[in-house]
Amino acid sequence: MAQALASPASRSRLIYVLPVALFLGLAAYFWIGLGKNPHDLPSTLIDQPVPAFALPPIAGREHGLTAADLRGQVSLVNVFGSWCAACRIEHPFLMRLKSDNVVPIHGINWREKDRDAGPQWLKRHGDPYTRIGDDPDSRAAIAFGVTGAPETFIVDRQGTIRYKHVGPITPEVWTGTLAPIVARLRTE
Amino acid sequence: MTVELGHFALILALTIALLQGTLPLRGAARGDVRAMAVAPAAAVVQAVLVAVSFGCLVAAYVVSDFSVLNVALNSHSSKPLIYKVAGAWGNHEGSMLLWVLILALFGGAVAVFGGNLPLGLKARALAVQAWIAAGFYLFILITSNPFARLLPPPADGKGLNPLLQDPGLALHPPFLYLGYVGFSMAFSFAVAALIEGRVDAGWARWVRPWTLAAWVFLTIGIALGSWWAYYELGWGGWWFWDPVENASLLPWLAGTALLHSAVVVEKRDALKGWTIFLAIITFALSLLGTFLVRSGVLTSVHAFATDPERGVFILALLVIIIGGSLVLFAWRGPSLEGGGLFQPVSREGALLLNNLLLTTAAAAVLLGTLYPLLLEAMGGGKVSVGPPFFNAVFLPLMAPLVVAMAVGPLLPWKRGALAAVLPRLWVAAVAAAAATALALALLGDAAGIGLLGFGLAAWLFAGTLTEVAARIQLFAVPLRVSLRRAAGLPRAAWGMTVAHAGLAIAIAGMTGAAIGKTEVIRALAPGETVAAAGLTIRFDGLSQVAGGNYEAIQGRLTVKRQGEPVAVMTPERRIYPVEGRETTEAAIRSRPWGDLYLVIGTTEADGRTVVRVYVNPLVPWIWTGALVMVVGGAISLADRRLRLGAPARRATVPATIPVATARSEG
Repeated sequence: MAQALASPASRSRLIYVLPVALFLGLAAYFWIGLGKNPHDLPSTLIDQPVPAFALPPIAGREHGLTAADLRGQVSLVNVFGSWCAACRIEHPFLMRLKSDNVVPIHGINWREKDRDAGPQWLKRHGDPYTRIGDDPDSRAAIAFGVTGAPETFIVDRQGTIRYKHVGPITPEVWTGTLAPIVARLRTE
Repeated sequence: MTVELGHFALILALTIALLQGTLPLRGAARGDVRAMAVAPAAAVVQAVLVAVSFGCLVAAYVVSDFSVLNVALNSHSSKPLIYKVAGAWGNHEGSMLLWVLILALFGGAVAVFGGNLPLGLKARALAVQAWIAAGFYLFILITSNPFARLLPPPADGKGLNPLLQDPGLALHPPFLYLGYVGFSMAFSFAVAALIEGRVDAGWARWVRPWTLAAWVFLTIGIALGSWWAYYELGWGGWWFWDPVENASLLPWLAGTALLHSAVVVEKRDALKGWTIFLAIITFALSLLGTFLVRSGVLTSVHAFATDPERGVFILALLVIIIGGSLVLFAWRGPSLEGGGLFQPVSREGALLLNNLLLTTAAAAVLLGTLYPLLLEAMGGGKVSVGPPFFNAVFLPLMAPLVVAMAVGPLLPWKRGALAAVLPRLWVAAVAAAAATALALALLGDAAGIGLLGFGLAAWLFAGTLTEVAARIQLFAVPLRVSLRRAAGLPRAAWGMTVAHAGLAIAIAGMTGAAIGKTEVIRALAPGETVAAAGLTIRFDGLSQVAGGNYEAIQGRLTVKRQGEPVAVMTPERRIYPVEGRETTEAAIRSRPWGDLYLVIGTTEADGRTVVRVYVNPLVPWIWTGALVMVVGGAISLADRRLRLGAPARRATVPATIPVATARSEG
């Protein structure tokens, strides 16, 4: 085995150069990676139709959430979970959007270990969602490229994803970023 | 004022590092002893200056000097003193300062304790170390100055992330950094050897203690980190294959390989190029670990400083340090080979197998960690690679490694025969079969192939004991003679035995936690009970408790086994008003055979509180095993051979640089 390392000069030279080449390739990838904002939606999902998915309802609700439900009007798709602390932060604001009837908000109840955890959480904190799909094993979340909760997608009338927001929706985020996009999509 | 002193000391350290990086290198090339002697002196001065600088930052934290931006952002006057101190490195700028402090301390330690090092090698290694230091001083001074002032100062600070306000995490970064940065010494020695064009048994002996020390610290750091994740994150898990965890595992795997290949260089004068390569790669992975956390290249819960501008600077540093050393390796490496030949079945062969498996495992973990980034760079969208990938790739690589670990130490150098060795492992084989059968009887066959984990642990443990028993001829000679032989064994041999046994213990713990876990989640009203793993747990109710800088809701639960009360446990949910954050404090009842782990969640409108019950068998063995491994490393570190440096074999590669002949052997 050791002899293999000391094989003919030209070939072993090549082996010694290989690490540099690999490393430079890696460095180039890092360079590209650095230019990207981790909070931006990857370009491949923007302006694409929502992935085909059909989620069952959560306990105590009649309707689940499917790709077809996202056509017809501009809507938000909000990924949440009872285990997610940041979801609690945005929740009161979602409730306000709901009571002011601003825009339909659909929910993807993501990665609940317990079937009842999501419904109980909504019972306690209020339910701002028009439709909710139960996604305990991340089927839809993976198709949507969800990296964490909360995440919110803006979907237009044709059922195309137009924007993704990572993190809680605060009043500032809403008025500064999301509301103008929703308004623009409505005029399209 | 102290803060400006700290800033100034850091700038001074940079100038000293530049001096230390140039003059000794020239001196070593020309055989100028006086120029070479600059290196150790400068290294000591550098260590003192950075220590002063770091001390100034800690002082600013202790007195809560909120006119310092860093303190105002990360501390609060109501914080307990220990977390004020730990707050100094609980943020990006401070942690980078800690990083360079440790770098400088290692350099200073080589200068002070490296008296037996050849002058040229020492001068060159310290010069390389100084270049790394200079790069990171510049990084701190230009992009991450912890001494920036804030005017006017706020009335109070913004506090520290309460998740990080914990004794385990206060100590986790320093140990992790001692490990990461410790590998810089092996790197500097490797680059110095490449410049010198010579690697021999003596080199391996000088490098080994520094590598071993770094390995011990990194093992402690990783163990503390996973322990913290276990009891603080409240999910009952201890390893999540999170990118930042992987970043610490990568240098550990490569460093473990390096420790073993350095033995081959020392004893058999073989695998030299490979060992140099491993030394470079281990530190490269350590830098990558720093880089992954600091740059935001990979998003993760841990990433507390995501900032692309700093990322570009670090990337440039990485390209210079890693790229430069790899170019040097490509140029000088081929001339290093030669030395002892050996058969595939031999001690060298076993160590090479160990190296191949460890580096393949490291490559797999690296790939899994970077794959989301690579895919995105190729326009493939964002994905996350989770535990299923790592378990599917990592465990099948570790299993043969563990099998071979029991065999390798029994093989002779140069040439061995499995037929002669395997029969000696009958005890280990019986132990493995018995452990698997016992696990099957206790846990049932639902766990499937996971049961083999217990077999592997028993195999390794018994195999390791077999090796040491053979060495001291236990039962073959009178016990008195055996004991005398045991006392006479080199500490490095004992170190290996203890460390390998520690891994066996840890494997048993990991297996138990992975396949024997019970998890029950229920919403309970006061007085209601939940049953799990033969225990009955009654929820007695909630109460409010006030802590130092938090308010807590404490649940009270009575645990009974067959009607007999065994414990009252009080998990908490803490609310930190200053930061506006909530943490869960699990209540853990730890016994040698496993943990009972209770967490309370939110209280529902109907007055029922979510209670999560985890029964984690053998979990404490994971950290016990890690501790035993650390003890093994420390015993090996105390080996006389490493401290005194026995006469080295003459190098088989002709020295190409004149100074190599001036090497003093001691």
